[in-house]
Order: sequence, then structure tokens, then C-alpha cells
Amino acid sequence: MDVQLHHVGKVVGHGQQRQQVLDDVHFTVQSGAFVAIVGRSGCGKSTLLRLIAGLDRPSSGMVRVGGLEVKGPGPDRGMVFQKYSLYPWLTVAQNVGFGMAIQGLTRAEIRERTSYFLDVVGLAETARKLPRELSGGMQQRIAIARALAADPQVLLLDEPFGALDLQIRESMQEFLYRLWERNRITAVLVTHDLEEALLLAQTVHVLATGPGRLVCSLRPGFNHGDLAALRLNYTFLQWRQRLADRLRAVNQQETSRPVL
Amino acid sequence: MVSTDTIPRQSGLFARLFSFDPVNPQPLRLTLNTASLLLPLLLWTAVTFFGTVDTAFLPSLPQVAASLQEMAASGLLFADIGASTMRVLAGFLLASVLGVPIGILMGSFPAIRHLLEPLIGFLRYMPAAAFTPLLIIYLGIDEAPKITLICIGTVFFNVLMTMDAVKFVPRELIETALTLGCNRWQLLWKVISRYSLPSILDTLRINAASSWNLLVVAELLAADVGLGKRIQLAQRFFRTDQIFADLLMLGLIGFAIDMAFRLLLRLSCRWCS
Repeated sequence: MDVQLHHVGKVVGHGQQRQQVLDDVHFTVQSGAFVAIVGRSGCGKSTLLRLIAGLDRPSSGMVRVGGLEVKGPGPDRGMVFQKYSLYPWLTVAQNVGFGMAIQGLTRAEIRERTSYFLDVVGLAETARKLPRELSGGMQQRIAIARALAADPQVLLLDEPFGALDLQIRESMQEFLYRLWERNRITAVLVTHDLEEALLLAQTVHVLATGPGRLVCSLRPGFNHGDLAALRLNYTFLQWRQRLADRLRAVNQQETSRPVL
Repeated sequence: MVSTDTIPRQSGLFARLFSFDPVNPQPLRLTLNTASLLLPLLLWTAVTFFGTVDTAFLPSLPQVAASLQEMAASGLLFADIGASTMRVLAGFLLASVLGVPIGILMGSFPAIRHLLEPLIGFLRYMPAAAFTPLLIIYLGIDEAPKITLICIGTVFFNVLMTMDAVKFVPRELIETALTLGCNRWQLLWKVISRYSLPSILDTLRINAASSWNLLVVAELLAADVGLGKRIQLAQRFFRTDQIFADLLMLGLIGFAIDMAFRLLLRLSCRWCS
């Protein structure tokens, strides 16, 4: 399903506390595309994702998923948070099956799909363990499996690897890309890691801060066949540098602007 | 001169007692726990044995034991224990059945919290014992006013402490559940209550003690049997040995309730230990 952001604005607080978080953000994510949103902290990129998820409502404009206006959270849009959000009282398998149980699938279906998705994330042997017995990377893989097992049309990822070590991060990026290649689910990734954004997404939307607004969208058109090689590719590094420069430029402009 | 036999300061008794480190090994911990009960017992025995206090005021351990045996033989002890435990159990269960759901609702829904918090914060400061005359007028002198009294003294604490426990459910857990398709009742039941269960059980454990404490006040109200009632009767006949025996029983049963809750917590919430 495609995701349309139609001149979306978001204001929080009242009076003196009033703050424009997002201003006139307008773009479309094609069905089956992998899109990244980058920007400094405070640019409203997480807010944007929450608007798509339906966890927050826009102050102006509209968010449409599959042509229908988003009115609240729903199982058609799965979300993975930066903080490990597994249910600590449930086993790994029960965590993965949680969304399916809510949606009323039969026990046999839940069991079958749970073991399928545990296989997909390569953690079948942890089915009976409790989340706290797993490492951070494993927990995040389970969180992704849980989101996918609920059969969403759109996968929303909010800094999913932000809390992980650098090395684990790289293998998780590889894992996520291969998973997306297999499912071709519409994916929206929010990250402040420019390499991660360029590595995984075909389109990278750049947000500036105060208020958060779209400044440009990049479509580098890399060959994502070998991510390890792509990381060191000269053109890739150039793009990354250009993106970093661009971000610096828009944010400098911001700080030099007179305060109203 | 370097001496190897000087004891480092940290190993002194004072330093060991007032150390922030966990007590290891296990035997030392057990020794401390035993001393906690044994030392007062020894002190009591010593004071009564050396005759510094009139045993009419402070009966000796054998006297108390004899009194306990006498009450057990007559069947009075078990009747008292049965009656008292039933009252506390009924009042406490009522306070839990009412208090925990209201607390969960208040902790989960801010509007409900704003609606009820001032009222409950206010009612909480009315001493349960002060309701006694009203309860007699409304409910008579049977079991109902006693159970209600215990319930009143416990329920508001159950509500407020449950509410606080529920407030600590991490936002991510709630929002993940929403994106997995939970409606608000599923969210309350499958996520919020489930996550708060250990804290709620702990709240109940702490408040079971308040219920138990209210027992004696409740039995001031025209009771025939009950540990609290027995203590009042014993005072009339100056039977300090009976008072001590019943006090010991009250402490023991309370302690058993506390242990039962700890066991329940450990069995039902393996994930949180």
C-alpha cells in the first residue's frame, strides 16, 4: 500500500509553549518502496512516523495509507521502536504471535506463522525463551518478526538499530534489507544515520529542523546487491558526503535566521 | 613495617552491618535473619527469668505457651483464628475486587483519574475506625460492619497504589499493542494489567497488612469470637498471658499472609525476578 503525506503540519503545545514541529510536509511513498527519512534530532522525523502509524494526529493536512485517511493506529501499519518493546512476560514465540492472537487467528495458524517468522529472523531456537534472555540485536529482530507476523501493509521503523553496537548494527541492516527484498513490503525508516539511510532506501527524504520541513529527496539508484561492498563504494561515499553537507547547510541557514 | 595481619577496616562488625553491598554468603544472611527473631526472644526470657519485671505485667515465655495450649485445648484459639481470618479475608478481598480495577482505570485513563483522584485522596484521610458508629447504624452488629470497616480501611490505598503501578507501563509497550491491532479493552487486559501485575501483587501484599491491622478495631464492634475480641476480654480479666499469646498469633498469621503473597509473586511473575 502506498503512503501519502498531504501537506502535513503538526503543532504541539499552546501559547508560549506552542511549537510547530512539522510544516507542510508533502510526499508519497510508493507501494513496495523502501524509503528513509533523515534529519537532525528535533526535526520531527519521529513525529512524522507516528502520524503515519496513527499514534498522533496531524494539525493540518492529511495522511493517507492505501487511499484511506489515517484515523488511528491499526494492524495494517506495523511499527518497530528504537527501545526494545517486547512484552517481558511473554516468551519469544508468544511475542511474535501477539498480533495474530489479537486478530483472532486460530492456534494452529498462529503456531505455523510464528515458527515461519522465527525462521525468517533466524531465531527459531529462542522460541521458548523470555525476551530478557536475548541480546539487544536479537530482541530487535524479534520485534521486527512480531511486526511482520501481524501481516501489515506498511512497516514503520523508528531508529530500529539506534541502541545497538556498531558491528551488530551492520549485520542488522543487512538482515533488514534482505527481509525487505523478500517481502517487498512498503517500508519507512526513520534514522539519523546517513549511511544506513542510503544503504537501505531507494529514496531518502531530508528534513530540516525548526519547523521540520522537507528540503529535498534523493534517489541515488544504487545497486543494493552487496551491501558490504556498497558501504565502501566511492560513489556511495560521495553521496553520503553530499547528504551530510546538505544537512549541515540547511541547519546552518536555520540557526542564522532571526528569531521571531 | 608491612603487616599482613592487620584487619582492614571494611571487615569490622560496624562496617559490615552498615555496608551497601549485598550480604553474602547465604549463611551470614540466615544468621542475621535468625538473630532478628532470636535476640528479642532471648531478651524477653532474660527479663522475665531474672525477675526484674512483675510477670503479671510481662508474662514469661512458658506462661504464654501454657496459655496458648490452654486456649488451643478448649478450641477457643481455632474459633478465634477462624473468625478473624474470615473477616480479614472477606474485607480484603472486597477491597481488592473494588480497588484494583478502579486503580487500573485511573492509571490508564487520565480523565477517569482527574474525576476520581480528588475524591479518593480525600476519603483516604478519613480514619476507617471513625466510620464505626455509622456502620453500626447502617449495617447492624453482625459480620457486615466488621468486613466493611476492614474494606474501607484498605480499598483507597489499593486504588491509589494500583494507579501508581499502572502509570509505569512503558509507552512503547502500549503503542506497539495499538499498532498490532489491540482495542482499548484488550490493551487494558493484555498489556497494562499484565505488565503491572507484579507491582499490583506487591501493593496487595503491603495493604493486606493494613487489613490485618484493622481487625482488632473491627472486633471492638460486638464480636463473640476473634483474636482481637479475645485480647479485649483478656484485658478485662487481667490475663496478660492471653494477650501475649493472641498478639503472637496475630503476628504469625500476618507473617504467613505476607509470605504467601511473596510466593504467589514468585510463581506468577517469573519474568520479573
